[in-house]
Amino acid sequence: MLGLVNGSFYALLSLGLAVIFGLLGVVNFAHGAFYMLGAFAAYIGLSALGINYWWALLLAPLAVGLLGIVIERLFLRHLYQVEPVYGLLLTFGIALIAEGVMRSQFGASGKSYPVPALLQGVFNLGFMMLPIYRAWVIFASVAVCFITWFLIERTHLGARLRAATENAKLVQAFGINVPLLVMCTYGAGVALAALAGVLAAPVVQVSPLMGSSLVIVVFAVVVIGGMGSILGAIISGLVLGLIEGLTKVVYPEASNIVVFIIMALVLIWRPAGLFGKEP
Amino acid sequence: MRAQIAVYGVLAALALIAPFLGLYPVFLMKLLCFAMFACAFNLLLGFTKMLSFGHAAYFGASAYVTGWLVTAMGWGTVAGILGGVGVAMVLGLVIGAIAVRRQGIYFAMITLALAQVVFFVCLQANFTGGENGLQGIPRGSVLGVIPLGGDRTMYYFVLAVFIAIFLLIRRIVHSPFGQVLKAIRANEPRAVSLGYKVDRYKLAAFVLSASLAGLAGSLKALVLGFVTLSDVSQGNSGEVILMTLLGGSGTFLGPVIGAFLVVTLQEYLSDLVGAWVSVMIGAIFVVCVLIFRRGFVGEIQRRFAASSD
Repeated sequence: MLGLVNGSFYALLSLGLAVIFGLLGVVNFAHGAFYMLGAFAAYIGLSALGINYWWALLLAPLAVGLLGIVIERLFLRHLYQVEPVYGLLLTFGIALIAEGVMRSQFGASGKSYPVPALLQGVFNLGFMMLPIYRAWVIFASVAVCFITWFLIERTHLGARLRAATENAKLVQAFGINVPLLVMCTYGAGVALAALAGVLAAPVVQVSPLMGSSLVIVVFAVVVIGGMGSILGAIISGLVLGLIEGLTKVVYPEASNIVVFIIMALVLIWRPAGLFGKEP
Repeated sequence: MRAQIAVYGVLAALALIAPFLGLYPVFLMKLLCFAMFACAFNLLLGFTKMLSFGHAAYFGASAYVTGWLVTAMGWGTVAGILGGVGVAMVLGLVIGAIAVRRQGIYFAMITLALAQVVFFVCLQANFTGGENGLQGIPRGSVLGVIPLGGDRTMYYFVLAVFIAIFLLIRRIVHSPFGQVLKAIRANEPRAVSLGYKVDRYKLAAFVLSASLAGLAGSLKALVLGFVTLSDVSQGNSGEVILMTLLGGSGTFLGPVIGAFLVVTLQEYLSDLVGAWVSVMIGAIFVVCVLIFRRGFVGEIQRRFAASSD
């Protein structure tokens, strides 16, 4: 069960990562940092401003998404012409900055965030006790993933986005403002990471380092799913979370590395990833 | 060419007299170890354009193995170093064989993820001391002849190894093998069409780079006498990228200068500003990537080339 909760976070994070990669061609190393910032935004909102969980769920992704937009405009924009590894390095630097700032302000220790009153308690499923909050996390993540998938695959906006992914120049020539689209996509992807952070805040400890190891797992998830494949990112996120959870029960020592081992196996067997198209 | 030889001569002379200039020998050795690490990394990034985001795995694993062999197994210093390098080589072979199947961004992500496996193994295995790391690693002696306990003797030993590796890397890059690597960097499909087994060349470069990174890690373990998890962590992988980038990837002296800058910065600032060090490292990363992609040595070379035209 805990595995599925983790899987929900993986799915939300790898979804954002896949969308950003699809359009910008940038592997966003700062994704874990934005997840961390989302959780901290919720924590600061509650402790300093009295903003409750439900408002944090809305406001934290907005705030972090705006930060993402600023970063895209100021920095990332200048790197679309050069090789994509520079985008990775830039966002790595940004992640270091974000982590360092938060660590100097809040220390390295974890802060706890209370579960909102409405979602406290457990469901008794007969064979096991399911905390309501965990069920909510899974439900909310799957819903958000579905909405995002629907937006991209079934709406006009999504069609433009997919077209711009395919051939940005041509789409620009048709009179669609591609730079704006790119900016908003980055903001939205980052907001998804922050949303995952808010959802995670009551389950895990809110700490400046919570994102840095997670982002590597999410990278592996995205490689397994096939970069740029949205459905692949969602499904492999959930499934790998589940596998990781099961490993924790069966053979706890391997639970940290099982995702990476699967990644290596997938790469040997299918270098493009399970849902990837390119050779 | 003459200017180059002059620069090398001055640097070598400086390195030889450095311990007599009042500089702390252990700090100098640390600089040399990281410089060697960066040079090994540069062999991959600078001369074949493969960005490995997990080089700390080879550096750290080799450091751990050497430390363990020398401390717990009672091996000699040289045998311990060779054992560590051997492990780094095998790791490089396994991880490299998986990673060279993909290019660019994917290569970076795969090396990062597999390096994380090495990190977790080091965290959980018995011989590494887990969160505490290894401590009290003896330096021993070179084949029972030259004792390395004294800081100055150790310094000249490390310097000798460093110079040998530096020259070896120059030799590799200028060899026919290095030329093929450059051809792959310039245009991979063309190299394939000329009949080169590109993947094998890349893997060979990867294994070489991993082994030399391992050598740097082993020496660092002996110099400082301890190994910690941070040696094998992704932060260390990031720092070696920064060193190479800042000094100038694809140049010979660049990584050395970059390593000196980054290590010095960390050494002197970590007491002053605490957690802000990682903010500064991050900021240097951002500046480097945005406006300083050639690095120091790269910029200087470009100026020279421009003025001589």
